[in-house]
Order: sequence, then structure tokens, then C-alpha cells
Amino acid sequence: MLKNRIIPCLDVKNGRVVKGINFVDLKDAGDPVEQAKIYSDGGADEICFLDITASNENRDTIYDVVERTSKKCFVPLTVGGGVRSIDDINKLLNCGADKVSINTAAVENPKVVLESSKKFGSQCIVVAIDAKKNGDKWEIFTHGGRNNSGLDALEYAKKMEDSGAGELLVTSMDRDGTQIGYDVELMNNISSNVNIPLIASGGVGNLDHLVDGIKLGNASAVLAASIFHYGKHSVKEAKEYLDSKGIPVRI
Amino acid sequence: MKVTIVDYNSGNISSVINSFKEVAKDKVNIEVTADLNKIKSSDKVVLPGQGSFKSCVEALNKINGLTEALNEFAINNKKPLLGICVGLQMFADIGYEETETKGLGWISGKVSKIDNQNGKYKLPHIGWNQINIVKKSKVFENIENNSHMYFVHSYEFLPNDKNVISATTDYSTNIVCSVEKENIFGTQFHPEKSDKLGLKIIDNFINI
Repeated sequence: MLKNRIIPCLDVKNGRVVKGINFVDLKDAGDPVEQAKIYSDGGADEICFLDITASNENRDTIYDVVERTSKKCFVPLTVGGGVRSIDDINKLLNCGADKVSINTAAVENPKVVLESSKKFGSQCIVVAIDAKKNGDKWEIFTHGGRNNSGLDALEYAKKMEDSGAGELLVTSMDRDGTQIGYDVELMNNISSNVNIPLIASGGVGNLDHLVDGIKLGNASAVLAASIFHYGKHSVKEAKEYLDSKGIPVRI
Repeated sequence: MKVTIVDYNSGNISSVINSFKEVAKDKVNIEVTADLNKIKSSDKVVLPGQGSFKSCVEALNKINGLTEALNEFAINNKKPLLGICVGLQMFADIGYEETETKGLGWISGKVSKIDNQNGKYKLPHIGWNQINIVKKSKVFENIENNSHMYFVHSYEFLPNDKNVISATTDYSTNIVCSVEKENIFGTQFHPEKSDKLGLKIIDNFINI
């Protein structure tokens, strides 16, 4: 039976972890490689890096991070943030990323999804969708949630599936950072409308939220950042909790 | 010993390279090349494959003499070869992804889309699934039955001779996820992304 996945996400800026695990004795707590290794040793099903480096001159730092991580972690590694072109995708994959998540570029130029999935295969193309509720529908936001594209999230998700996306990483902008749980209505609406797997993101504050993401949100995988940092919960605890709620996980 | 990972522009093979190097340490020489002579003189060959069946076969055919070199290695000289994901699928006679494409024809059978039962099962089949070992295989030495492996695929290999199947996984149907025919080995899952157990499978292959 296919298991639901738990994916810890690390924000990386200028090659350093912004928030991260600070409850264990690390030689270098800011090194994404060490943190990723702790997660994979703890049973994380995949690792996700979100590169939030703002300045262009520091953009190359992520390539070094990915290269070093892929030599230490032998679970799938997804890298997102600032991925604009086929060339960016190619570079990340060559450094050892297994999947690349595309956000703003997919909205501005949907062809990049079509072309990259043809060139590299759908299995490594994740489309990241940032959605915010507006009335009775959800709209797509870009540029880290700053710009409203006005696009309908459900229609957009379907279009991305048709363009060759292998997975959708859906973040509720209303919930992100709130720790009050995923927007399960958004997740379920999108997931029921497409045939590709959905990764739920944004808003996790406790382990029940992970359960809800899968049971109510119909997500194949759940992504979380802060609950795994600062020692609140380990990936192992999260998996045991999901297992106790009857959700199939890899233990 | 020399193990060659065939680099035929089939997409992203850095994880395969990293995992083999991790396992090999300094004991084994890992080469990444499409050089025909180097392939022929290897002790073992790894045939990765990402993207579609069609794109992988085309990439293989683009390199003059590569298919013949692989045939000589695996069929004539019967040296150990491991196909991963589409690398395994290409053992088939024919694949139906994008369009009908001829495979290597090493293990008789076809590669078809997984039956998603009208949307009941999401495709691609992505994530960790358990393998049901149905036949003793050298690559499963010290691997327990029902171990988890990492999968990403939408197409499945349907071999004519069921005796080649060494493991299956349950997703919509019993999907063939590992084959062994004499010196030819293949996994539909990605040992290079299957954590410690995946590395153990790679180690087993290197030690055949």
C-alpha cells in the first residue's frame, strides 16, 4: 500500500537555514545539509528546501547546498524558490535535486512547465500553488504571496496537470504561518479535481493538522516547517501519531 | 572492480551517481560514461532512466553503437546489469508511453500505463510503497519482505514470463517492481532514493 508522506521543509537564505532545528547539538546549526540529514535519519519521506535568497548575486549558494545535501541524504530532495527557467531546473537537477518546484514562473509562463516536464519528465516537476480565499473561490498569488494574479486556483491546478506537472504543492496563504491548520477545503477541492498527487502546505501547528490534511484535505503528502523546528515534534513522533490514527505511513 | 553507470542523457542521474559512490567508497571504481569500450570492459553496468520510455529509447539510440554494446555486455557476455525505473522498462519488447516504441527486447513483455481505475488512484504512483518479494533475488540479500521503497512512475512493465518477477508492489494492481533474469536485474523503484535499504540493494548488486 502506498504510504502518505511527511515532508519537512527548510527555508534557506544565502545558503543558510533561516528557521531550523535548534534543539540538538549541531556543529553548525545553520547548515542546511546537517539539518536535512537529521530529518532523513529521523524518517522524513522527502526533504524540501525553499530558497528565499533575495539578492541575485547570492543565488548560486543554493547549488552548493543541494550538491552537498544530495551526497549525504538518500531520500528525494525537492528544491523551490526562484526557479525561473529550464536552465535553472537543469542546474538544480545536475546538482542532485530530484524534483524542482516552480511557482511564479509557472503562472507567468505556463510553457515552462510544459517544456520542463517534456525535457526532464513529469516526475521531477512540482508546481507550487500559493492560493488565497476570495469570496467563494481561491485565487493564485505569486512573488511569495505579494501579487494577486486573479487566476482561479482550481482551474489553474487543472491546467498545470494538463501541462505535465507531476505533483502540486498547495499552500494556503491565509493559513501560512498561523499554525491553525491547513485550509483543508482548498486542499480537498483541488485534490478532487486533479489526478496527480497533492502536497498540502501552510498552517500546521500540531500533529492533528497533519491528520486533517490527509483525511479531510485528501492530500497524498503533508509538508510542514515550524512544528519540526525548535524540537516541538520530531518526524518520528509525527509518523507514529499518523499511524495511531489509521493513516498509512512508512515507519 | 569497475561499475559503469551509463550516461546517455536520459535525464537526471546525479542521485544514482551519488548513491553508488556512497556505497562503493574506495573499494569499487564507479565510472559515469557512454564510452562503448569502457562499457564493454566493465564488470557491471547500471542503466538508469528518467522521463518517458520513448525519450529514453531515443536517447539510447542517439549514441552510435550503444545498444549493441549493451547487448554484447548483457546478452552475449552475460555480465550483471541493473536497470532502474525506465532503465528496467526498456528491457521490454515494446512500450506505449507517448507512442508505440520498441524496447531492448531482453525480457519479453510490454510497458503500459498503470490502470488508475477511473481516477481512483493518482498517477504518477509517487512515494514509499512496500515490496512483496516473490522470488529469491541476489539484490534482495538481507532485505526483508514488505520493505519500503521509493517509487515515481505512471507506467508498468508487464513481462510475459512471470518467472522473471522477483517483487511486486500493490498500487491499483500488483505492479511488477523488480525483475531478475539470469544476469539481468531491474527495479521499478529507485534504490538510490530509498534510504538505507535502497543503498543495501545497490551494495548487493555491486557484490554480485
